[in-house]
Amino acid sequence: MAVETQDVPRRESALLRTVKGIALIRESAVGVIGLSIIVFWVLVALLADVIAPFPPNQNYVPLATPLTPTPDGTGMFWLGTDLQGRDILSRIIHGSRKVLMLAPLATLCAYAVGIPMGLAAGYKRGWVDDVLSFLSNVILSFPILVLYVIIIATVGSSAINILLAVTFASAPGIMRIVRGLVLDLRNREYVFAAETRGEPAWRIMLIEILPNARGPLIVDACLRVGYVIITIGVLGFLGLGLPPPDPDWGGMINEFRVMSMSFPHMTVFPCLAISSLVLGFNLLADGLREVSLRD
Amino acid sequence: MLIFVIRRIGTMALTMLVVSILLFLLLELQPGNVAIKVLGPYSSEEQRNLWLEANGYFEPVYQRYLSWLLNFVTGDFGDSVRFKVPVGEILWPRLANTGILAAATLAVVVPISLLLGVLAGMREGSKLDRTISVGSIITTSIPEFASAPLLGAIFVFWLGWLPGTSGMIDGFDPLQLILPVMVLALYDFGYVTRMTRASMAEVMMTHYIRTAVLKGLPYRVVIMKHALRNALIAPFTVIMLQINWLLSGVIVVEFFFAYKGFGALLLEASLNQDIFMIEACAMVAVFVAVATQTIADLGYTYLNPRIRFS
Repeated sequence: MAVETQDVPRRESALLRTVKGIALIRESAVGVIGLSIIVFWVLVALLADVIAPFPPNQNYVPLATPLTPTPDGTGMFWLGTDLQGRDILSRIIHGSRKVLMLAPLATLCAYAVGIPMGLAAGYKRGWVDDVLSFLSNVILSFPILVLYVIIIATVGSSAINILLAVTFASAPGIMRIVRGLVLDLRNREYVFAAETRGEPAWRIMLIEILPNARGPLIVDACLRVGYVIITIGVLGFLGLGLPPPDPDWGGMINEFRVMSMSFPHMTVFPCLAISSLVLGFNLLADGLREVSLRD
Repeated sequence: MLIFVIRRIGTMALTMLVVSILLFLLLELQPGNVAIKVLGPYSSEEQRNLWLEANGYFEPVYQRYLSWLLNFVTGDFGDSVRFKVPVGEILWPRLANTGILAAATLAVVVPISLLLGVLAGMREGSKLDRTISVGSIITTSIPEFASAPLLGAIFVFWLGWLPGTSGMIDGFDPLQLILPVMVLALYDFGYVTRMTRASMAEVMMTHYIRTAVLKGLPYRVVIMKHALRNALIAPFTVIMLQINWLLSGVIVVEFFFAYKGFGALLLEASLNQDIFMIEACAMVAVFVAVATQTIADLGYTYLNPRIRFS
């Protein structure tokens, strides 16, 4: 006797569904604006060598105000020059590279540490949870900038140290979010089914639970990249950032902060650049949240 | 309730203890580094060893930690390497200055953000709600180190209304406090507003509000007498936790406006490797943060009858 089989349409892969979910962002005006800002800055960073009118560390006329023509009359200092005569527009364009490389990378590192901790704490419970939760509470009890200042001032400032400091300070927050999501998801039927099948714990955590927690995590990641951009900027601003002379937005503000009341053009434009990029990520996060809450 | 209070304070003490161990390990694990920081990079090996010997640095780590902790708890933070006076003499006045700054900021942030949050959450999805929500996202996207020069450019350079530094050299001047408070408030109010809005929106969905509306109470009475009381419990916690963020903000603001406060002191100490000052500042900062968190927890429990009576 032939068993009747019915064709079950193949489900799309999780990756494709995630991409489609993110593509829904086009339905949120706020999200589209945010995404456009980010895409704008990514393009600026990629094409920095082409679109920057001057080399970022070359000295021209000092303290030119915005819209000053160059001495030979062929070009224009659109945003003026700084005390050392470097073109501010070109420095902002080149500065976007550093922050757009370092911030997502540092966020990724923090997630790479925070997610396993959260999965372990939420799924295993018991003493693992107690220890991890207590430790993360301890780290989160530091005012965040106090923690950064102490760490960077002690270990010294470099890209890798900033990356490690961001990971150390952000992983506990990520752990807390993942743990909360796992506590909710671990009682779902598909998890029980996997446990009955005898799947190992790591497989249940990574294959069954984690993909289903992705929605809130993607929103959180957007917000977190914004925070990390602020962090990198604030370290530069406090003089604990990446070493000169290559432009970095926070460092540009720091260099001329004492003159910001008399020659505001040197600090105002880097301020606007960094704020707009952070705004882009925050708007994108808000848009994603709005879209994901809809269904 | 009493047991809860005791347990919460116990957790707080334990947190402080672990923080102190972390700090001690980070800054004092290697005695050689401490000697260099205290005596300077040009001190000789012999001098450093003499100093280490005199100050008991050749004892085992745990013993050093315990005596360090004992001194700390009794208020002896050591001498500032940079100022050559006991740390406390500098620390406490600076902390008081920051207290003034923080109090002024909260006095601005709390009423504004509660008002805007309640207005936005009253009718979720309305035009006013969207405007307030997007507005608060924009202001929280401008970090303090960017809004300080921006506001400085507007109010000092173009308008010339306010002084550009807040050093208080000729005694206390409230005018010099305006810009720092503006910068801190601008960054902080957005988050409290959003949390108040969320809490208000949640309350507006509940059955008892619907009942109140349906039985014909004027909308104003529904909001003032029924909704607000429950909607303001969550923001209380948020405001207390905001103090933790303020402690970060004051570092930036005090540095930029040359305000002689605690944040600037911590930063200077870190940049100058003023080791005992760093330790004292960090412990004070964490203490304030943890204490406000504990108060937030206790307050929330007290305000929320569902938790209080269970």
